[in-house]
Amino acid sequence: MQKFFHDAVEFVPILLQGVWLTIVVTVGSLLLSTVLGLVWALMRVSGIRILVWLSAALINIIRGIPIIVLLFYIYFVMPDFGIALSALQAAIIGLGIAYSAYQAENFRAGIEAIDKGQIEAAQTIGMGWWLTMRRVVLPQAVRIILPPYGNIMIMMLKDSSQASTITVAELALQGKLIASSTFKNTSVFTLVALMYLTMSIPLILLVRHFENKANRK
Amino acid sequence: MIELNDVHKSFGKVEVLKGITASVAKSEVVCIIGPSGSGKSTILRCINGLESYDRGEISVEGARVDSNDRSIVGIRTQVSMVFQRFNLFPHRTALENVIEGPLYVKKEPREQAIARGRALLAQVGLADKAEVHPPKLSGGQQQRVAIARALAMQPKAILFDEPTSALDPELVGEVLSVMRKLADDGMTMVVVTHEMGFARDVADRVLFIDGGVIVEQGAAKSVLNQPQHSRTQDFLRRVLHPL
Repeated sequence: MQKFFHDAVEFVPILLQGVWLTIVVTVGSLLLSTVLGLVWALMRVSGIRILVWLSAALINIIRGIPIIVLLFYIYFVMPDFGIALSALQAAIIGLGIAYSAYQAENFRAGIEAIDKGQIEAAQTIGMGWWLTMRRVVLPQAVRIILPPYGNIMIMMLKDSSQASTITVAELALQGKLIASSTFKNTSVFTLVALMYLTMSIPLILLVRHFENKANRK
Repeated sequence: MIELNDVHKSFGKVEVLKGITASVAKSEVVCIIGPSGSGKSTILRCINGLESYDRGEISVEGARVDSNDRSIVGIRTQVSMVFQRFNLFPHRTALENVIEGPLYVKKEPREQAIARGRALLAQVGLADKAEVHPPKLSGGQQQRVAIARALAMQPKAILFDEPTSALDPELVGEVLSVMRKLADDGMTMVVVTHEMGFARDVADRVLFIDGGVIVEQGAAKSVLNQPQHSRTQDFLRRVLHPL
């Protein structure tokens, strides 16, 4: 145990650099996936056939490809087409696209759960499609969307470790590098696990808060 | 001001409107009565473009109603609608429900919209409920807020789709009396209803609809008191004397 604390003092500062990158990747891809997911979802409920079809196709393609393959594709294949991204950019874009499919399905479910009467009421006071979405549908859908959204956040935090496969030195890769150079596997990976857990716990509490709020009304 | 000429409408293979021709003049109150599934609500929903129609023509003040055209937005601001299930926005207060259209559709200045909104709530007897959210109001109060929301658009006509059918019996009166006041003030109204008393006392004209056609129409008192057609007689007997 004493040895563990001794190792901890030595490794935590290095691992914290990894934590920072983990947060950057998670927040970056969360924002991107939220925006893309909302776009796919709005296309899906737009009622315009070509947009509905396009969004359904995109979501299925994205869902059918493993995140790691998507990351490889963006980082290793795109340069062949003249698009060279840094590892960090590729990680954020890859994870953002991968998760946009799940975000889209969550948003769509929330939007479709809103009573049709609400949309008709908005139409009868002269609101167009976008105004109806912005003022009537989305504010009500948020309460339905938030609890699953929190769960997606937790999954994204953990899946940000996949960025290590394209050389982003986030927490998991940082840990692996220390472990392979010091052979102190137990100490290092225990610390890595504890750090992921520490970051997850606030998110888990947030989800519980959302769920309580959604159930109360 | 509202004209329907040989309007046909089908849902899939079921034809619900089989050639409806009718007109509503300015300041006129027209009640549409008839059995469930006869197409009464569909007529209202076609007038303000919530449903499209297949054949014939509907116009409001000379402008053709086409639910797929942008012009429908303008028509909807002139012809408001009140629903059976109120359809108030639950995430906004009574006052916010009323001023939503004026603020975001008509771009009215906020102060002016709020002042008008409060006056309208007072008009329907709910001045003290302005800051309350709809789920905390009774059905009758919610429907009166919905009427205030419709009035806030300063419409030329209001369509009422069974406005009291979802209410507990003791709450029907408060909504009908608000509607009666509107009629007295000269509002053009088309009301789908099962309230025969209201139709008799307030309506100028009654249309009896069955099976997607207008079976009988005329002055409210004559249709309701001396129905000519056997289907009208049969319907009225069952509504007025259910036992």
